[in-house]
Amino acid sequence: MLTLATRSHTRTLLEAAALTAPDADQPAIIYLETDHEPQVITRAHFRQQTAAYAAALRGRGVQPRDLVVIAHTQNLESIYAFWGAMLVGAIPSMFPTLTEKLDPAIYMENMAELARLSDVRAILTTDAFALTLAAHVPCAVWGTSDLQADSADALTAFPAPSPDEIAFLQHSSGTTGLQKGVALAHDAVLNQLAAYSDALALRDDDVLVSWLPLYHDMGLIAGFLLPLVQGIPLVLMSPFDWVQHPAMLFRAIHAYRGTLCWLPNFAYNHCARRIRDRDLEGLSTASMRLFVNCSEPVRHDSHQQFLSRFAPLGVTAAMLGVSYAMAENTFAVTQTPPGVPARLDIIDRDVLTHENRALPVAADHPAAQVRVSCGPLIAHSEARVLDAEGNPLPDRQVGEIAVRSDCMLTCYYRRPDLPLPADGWYRTGDRGYRAADELYIVGRSKDLIINAGKNVYPQDIEAIANHVPNVVPGRAVCFGVPDEREGTELIALVAEVRTQDPAEQRQIGAALRQAVAAQSSVTLTYVKLVDDRWLIKTSSGKIARAANRDKWLREQEQG
Amino acid sequence: MIDETTLREQLRAYITRELIRDAKYPLENDEGIITGGLMDSFSLAEMAVFVEKTFNVYIPDADLTVAKMDTLDQMVARVLRG
Repeated sequence: MLTLATRSHTRTLLEAAALTAPDADQPAIIYLETDHEPQVITRAHFRQQTAAYAAALRGRGVQPRDLVVIAHTQNLESIYAFWGAMLVGAIPSMFPTLTEKLDPAIYMENMAELARLSDVRAILTTDAFALTLAAHVPCAVWGTSDLQADSADALTAFPAPSPDEIAFLQHSSGTTGLQKGVALAHDAVLNQLAAYSDALALRDDDVLVSWLPLYHDMGLIAGFLLPLVQGIPLVLMSPFDWVQHPAMLFRAIHAYRGTLCWLPNFAYNHCARRIRDRDLEGLSTASMRLFVNCSEPVRHDSHQQFLSRFAPLGVTAAMLGVSYAMAENTFAVTQTPPGVPARLDIIDRDVLTHENRALPVAADHPAAQVRVSCGPLIAHSEARVLDAEGNPLPDRQVGEIAVRSDCMLTCYYRRPDLPLPADGWYRTGDRGYRAADELYIVGRSKDLIINAGKNVYPQDIEAIANHVPNVVPGRAVCFGVPDEREGTELIALVAEVRTQDPAEQRQIGAALRQAVAAQSSVTLTYVKLVDDRWLIKTSSGKIARAANRDKWLREQEQG
Repeated sequence: MIDETTLREQLRAYITRELIRDAKYPLENDEGIITGGLMDSFSLAEMAVFVEKTFNVYIPDADLTVAKMDTLDQMVARVLRG
């Protein structure tokens, strides 16, 4: 197993246990789908399939360091393609696929922009979509049937990359122009996996269960590379399947004796509220060691709801862990120790808001607020809390978190306009504090919205709204609204219109919701249409996001 | 046997109030609720819980998809099948 103690024995990700370990009959991946039999992929089968993809990519002329974008639905094929590309020394990057809600024309425009900006060698997708997409992008597009290899004995035929070569890219969400490809080298990823596995006290008999998308860091690193590199079974499902059928996660844990599972905060609420009792009959989670809450702000209340709903199945407070992570650090910066409940810090909400200080108070204090710890730093990652001038702050003072480690990105791919900090301290944009050697996150410096684990940039949504007919251009504002029931931020949009006619307003509202769903894959929960007196503008005529959000919240409270 | 009109109006009221979060929203019978961006596909699971509690009808996972449950008409028809 890859640990800090054995780290020097591994040079690249191509030495992953799924590709090289003995016991070729062991399952590497168990793939689950509603209404289908489970597919068990042994290491032998995984090797054969990835080698076949490598041979096919080589046959198509893919060279080391070529960028290969994988835009499939989440399935086994996309997984083989990812590893096949790495085997030939190319740089794979997982991308969301075109879904039924998205507008195909806009999706293809975004892919074309990506292909131009990042010099993509090829996009891999389904046969059904390949022909259409090929007509719209300035690079090769290959469907499944284009990548049928003649020979699959190619596994050892490629020279191993050097450990400091870029292994893959992890793309941020957002419009293509703003999208950043986080380039991660083999040694950075291996450093992360070694340190993180130690923090998790990873064991040979662990079983990882995941529904997370492979185009986000949590799904890609924790829910995919970690098990395949370490040689523990990965029980995987698709995020689209899981959100509609959340009980499948518990069936999977029960059937395969799952021990580890990563979830964004909203998933705790989703599971607690939206699984029918009948779907849980006879199921047990007693095999679990750790659920890790990560990738959006952790709420104590979400953990409590999860705990009270699933305690009868064997979930305990000691199973509910937390991690603070980001793609730029490969993944984890912190992790709460397994087997102990995450620490709680009860602080004064008013002192936090007005003095940027986490002042401990008694649980029955009128302004008491419970903060859940993200745990201590993992080995070889450092963090500082900085004031506005960049000076380190003492414990319990809130500031921006900066991170330094041996698992940082190599660069933002083909983005010389985004240099890395010269001193190695990456400024995260997250606000938080340290107390007793653990890190607590309290918010963001920027306007970013985190909706159900997804990063949503308000300017992207506003840009979509500005193109909807009868919305006054430049007069739309988007912001996040924390929602206790959902355990995440919901998205609100206020748009200025010139009509007061209810029928016309209804039509504009529907068009706004439709446009955002089709172009961004998120849902607007609140749409408010206003006249030219409502929006608050700055002296330069710009829309002030925070001020409009506060006004909207006040109006909501007043009903 | 559930009365179709009662069922339809109860579902409409629940969806607009709880899932779209706008009780006054004039939801049409054939309006795409998920494809129209009114609620996300997570809400299908929530609706299934409501349908089971309120009408004692268990909709299996295979039927809880955007393609099969996008409009009020589709939902009503599925619940009536029991």
